[in-house]
Amino acid sequence: MSCWDTVADYALRSVGIGERLLPRADFTICQQITLIGSGMIWNIYFGVLALLSGFFLATALAMAKAAHSPLLRKPAEWFIFVFRGSPLFIQFFFAYFLFLSLKGVFPVFSPLTSAWAGALVVLFFNTSAYSAEIFYGAMQSIPKGDIEAADAYGMSGWPRFHRIIWPTMLRLAWPAYTNEAIFLFHATALVFFSGFPATQQMGDALYYANYFADKTFNPFIPYPILACYFIALTLTVIGLFGTVNRRLNRHLPQTQRGKIRLRPMLVR
Amino acid sequence: MFSYCSEPDALSGLTWLSCYLTTGKHTSLYLSFGTVLTLLAITAPVALVFGFGGASAARSRFAPLSWLGKAYIGIVRGVPDIAFFLFFVIALDQGFEWVRHKIKCPDWDQPIRQGNDFVVCAAAKLPLGDAAQWVHEVYGFLLAVLTFSIIFGAFAANVLYGAMQAVPRAQIETAEAYGMSHRQAFWRILVPQMWVYALPGLSNLWMVLIKATPLLFLLGVEDIVYWARELGGTKTPKFTDYPHGDWRMWYFAALLIFYLLFTKVSEVVLDRIMRRLTRGQATMAGEAQRKAAA
Repeated sequence: MSCWDTVADYALRSVGIGERLLPRADFTICQQITLIGSGMIWNIYFGVLALLSGFFLATALAMAKAAHSPLLRKPAEWFIFVFRGSPLFIQFFFAYFLFLSLKGVFPVFSPLTSAWAGALVVLFFNTSAYSAEIFYGAMQSIPKGDIEAADAYGMSGWPRFHRIIWPTMLRLAWPAYTNEAIFLFHATALVFFSGFPATQQMGDALYYANYFADKTFNPFIPYPILACYFIALTLTVIGLFGTVNRRLNRHLPQTQRGKIRLRPMLVR
Repeated sequence: MFSYCSEPDALSGLTWLSCYLTTGKHTSLYLSFGTVLTLLAITAPVALVFGFGGASAARSRFAPLSWLGKAYIGIVRGVPDIAFFLFFVIALDQGFEWVRHKIKCPDWDQPIRQGNDFVVCAAAKLPLGDAAQWVHEVYGFLLAVLTFSIIFGAFAANVLYGAMQAVPRAQIETAEAYGMSHRQAFWRILVPQMWVYALPGLSNLWMVLIKATPLLFLLGVEDIVYWARELGGTKTPKFTDYPHGDWRMWYFAALLIFYLLFTKVSEVVLDRIMRRLTRGQATMAGEAQRKAAA
């Protein structure tokens, strides 16, 4: 069986298309590369959707945390504290069993007990909390002069927010937010190890890497393959966010632009 | 535990709960909190040592050593840490067995990797095949500690490397002007001064380490996550005196609260330490303290 046949059989295995049975013996490198790569579909799915949806909630939370009214501020502070103060791993477990209990009472919740929806919800809340803290920090460091200038032009409310505060906040937050995006993608590897079942062995990249390591009892092939995929993903994220960063900073002289620096500081 | 617990069926309400929460298995759950704390207590200093070694290696003037240090710092950047956890546990185990195999059975002629099996001679097995159960558990725990230390050592190396770079260059130049050797300048000038710069990063690392402890579960140690799943699952009257439905949600809610409290307390304590250390420092925070006092 040539490598192309393997790719045809397993390239979309993680979403249930192609050969049903996973390889059981005589594992080839080609099989491992294909299947682990196939699992990356889930990592990208979780990462991209959680980031896109989390961005909006994070902006709202950051606004709420900066608000004067305690009715807005307190809930936002608690939300951020709960999701940043506890391990993501425990959050996954708790959410899974919570959804399981809810499903017993209200059948509406049954999609949430499967990974594609349930884990996405947890990741969405989690990244919202972390990003909200970043956005809040950035909002606090908007130069006073910018706001004063907006006031002088007679701007207030929505125009002031979307023309002055929001772009400046994004610009200041972007390097840290890039970091957050990278570690969100890394965090997606936890999904299938934390309660959420992989139905019909449709799992993410780490799920398949772990499968091969268990079967072959040789961790030195699947995990480096996984590492290569994740490094490629990380570089892609840095590239994409770098483009946005350049656009956000295009009005500034070269020397004042915020640089994206990778800080490996977040296990959740 | 209590004398009235001998007839669990007759109990109800709080008395039932007090008996339920003091069964033998629940004691194991409480002890596993100790496992987590032990892990933290051992890992934190060991990781700091690893980190110090990595950071000093990365600064070395001997190129291969500096590459080694930088590679060590770099490993944690692009790849999810959970992948490292899963990888290191098997890799370390096989590495130890391989080394022992080479030493203890030099005249073994079969290959070590036979298809999907990793075969070493009986004397090289770790722990030995006839070892007691607790030896297996301790070995598993030590492997986990080593894995945590290696990974968090890399994080710490990154922080300490940054801190060493942050010590003003003029300090080292002054040391050189006084005729100190490279080694003397490192130990007498750089190392004592770098901690102030390293502390924010290290306290962040401590929080991260706390939040990484549930991953022990994936390394095969019977930790709090293991017991929460075990005790929370549905229990039928056939196997236990305390039958109940699926309570795993409540057990994980308790763990969630435990971690929230733990991180909150750490935050408060670290804040205090930071405030104590910045007192009198020529930094912005120190200046602000001085002004507030005046």
